[in-house]
Amino acid sequence: MLKIVSAVIGRDLKLAMRRQADIVSALFFFIIVVSLFPLGIGPEPDLLRKLAPGVLWVAALLATMLSLPRLFADDHRDGTLEQLALAPHPLGLVVTGKVIAHWLVSGLPLALIAPVLGIQFDLSADALLVLTGAILLGTPALSGIGAIGAALTLGLRGGGVLLSLLVLPLYIPVLIFGAGAVDATVTGLGGEGHLSLLAAITFASVGFAPWATAAALKIALE
Amino acid sequence: MKDRFNLYRFASPATFYPLAGTLIPYFAAISVIFGLAGLYLGMLVAPTDFQQGEGYRIIFIHVPASWMSMFIYLVMAFWAAIGLAFNTRLSGMMAQALAPTGALMAFLSLWTGALWGKPMWGAWWVWDARLTSELILLFLYIGYMALTAAIDDARRADKAGGLLLLVGVVNVPIIYFSVKWWNTLHQGSSVNLTKSSMAETMLWGMLLMAMCFWMYSIAVALMRVRTIMLERERNTDWVKAELGGQVAGGKK
Repeated sequence: MLKIVSAVIGRDLKLAMRRQADIVSALFFFIIVVSLFPLGIGPEPDLLRKLAPGVLWVAALLATMLSLPRLFADDHRDGTLEQLALAPHPLGLVVTGKVIAHWLVSGLPLALIAPVLGIQFDLSADALLVLTGAILLGTPALSGIGAIGAALTLGLRGGGVLLSLLVLPLYIPVLIFGAGAVDATVTGLGGEGHLSLLAAITFASVGFAPWATAAALKIALE
Repeated sequence: MKDRFNLYRFASPATFYPLAGTLIPYFAAISVIFGLAGLYLGMLVAPTDFQQGEGYRIIFIHVPASWMSMFIYLVMAFWAAIGLAFNTRLSGMMAQALAPTGALMAFLSLWTGALWGKPMWGAWWVWDARLTSELILLFLYIGYMALTAAIDDARRADKAGGLLLLVGVVNVPIIYFSVKWWNTLHQGSSVNLTKSSMAETMLWGMLLMAMCFWMYSIAVALMRVRTIMLERERNTDWVKAELGGQVAGGKK
């Protein structure tokens, strides 16, 4: 079981490494969107400190959205997806592998760059730590829930916009608890509660979303 | 034994189409009766609220619309589950027929809420947990309709939409509680409605209006599902017979 998952992860990572521009462009999208906010609202450190969690999280949601359409589209186009669906292993496991690979390629870099951007917003060291932890914990849920949307919109015209329409409302709990964790740390309440809930959402969605995604893929491949 | 009444017979569009046609006038009539009774109770009989004056009477539209917007989503998810489990054609059509009505109810609820909020709270919009989750519900309806509209193949649209509905219905409580918690953290419960003891006539008026909205939704959904059936099954004999009969009747 683990072998299939790790094989899919390895394959997807290798494919991603061959096309590094995709990873880098999503990452730079994240950086640029976050950097636009101080320019739009002014450089007062107090204001920025207050806005930082929300801005960073919304930008993270959008950056994750950017790379979602490609999650299945390439495999669908060259027929790999049909072969994977025909394979004897449960499709859900294959999707689990793809979700993990997607997170390694899109979520993990966001978490690594987030503290640097947090410094731009004058966040304290504690808050930076919690921010990184929250993005590390929360982005797998984004990949998992997003995979459902990517599978549902597979091969449709206007898929990208449609995908955001479907997926963004479902991202709201992650946004609330992710930004809330940092917020609570900044105000001195402690973000443990938020982080626990974020972890719960992540485990639930990474556990269940691949099976819903597999069902959606089967509908799309019919 | 063969003549025994069988509910499953109506799972086929060909048999459901005439049934829906006969049922629509009844539901419409019941809706009008309940609506008139509810409006009479709500607008004329129910006492003026001692805090909110006459303005509170929008409750007779607002609360039924909110209830229906949530209820219709559940009904759609129910049909989606039936459709995915038993592979019935009608279920997906029913879910699609309900969606615009549900979205309308969510919109009405937000709209009347804004009209009500302005005189009572002094703001068109506050980020109250209930308002926010109603807004998200509207987004979910719009996402569902956009997805089914984007898929040309009707069967795939039904199934994909159904799956989205089921994912959505699992998420609705999570979204609701996260929004609620977010709200209590950010601002105190400054916008609690003082609904300590509602006068009995108010409650009855609201229930009657809710019945009116409910029956209206059924009537409209049945009308819509009839057109969807005709469109989808346009190549079948029964639709040709149905439409041919109408054309022949018109010629007479």
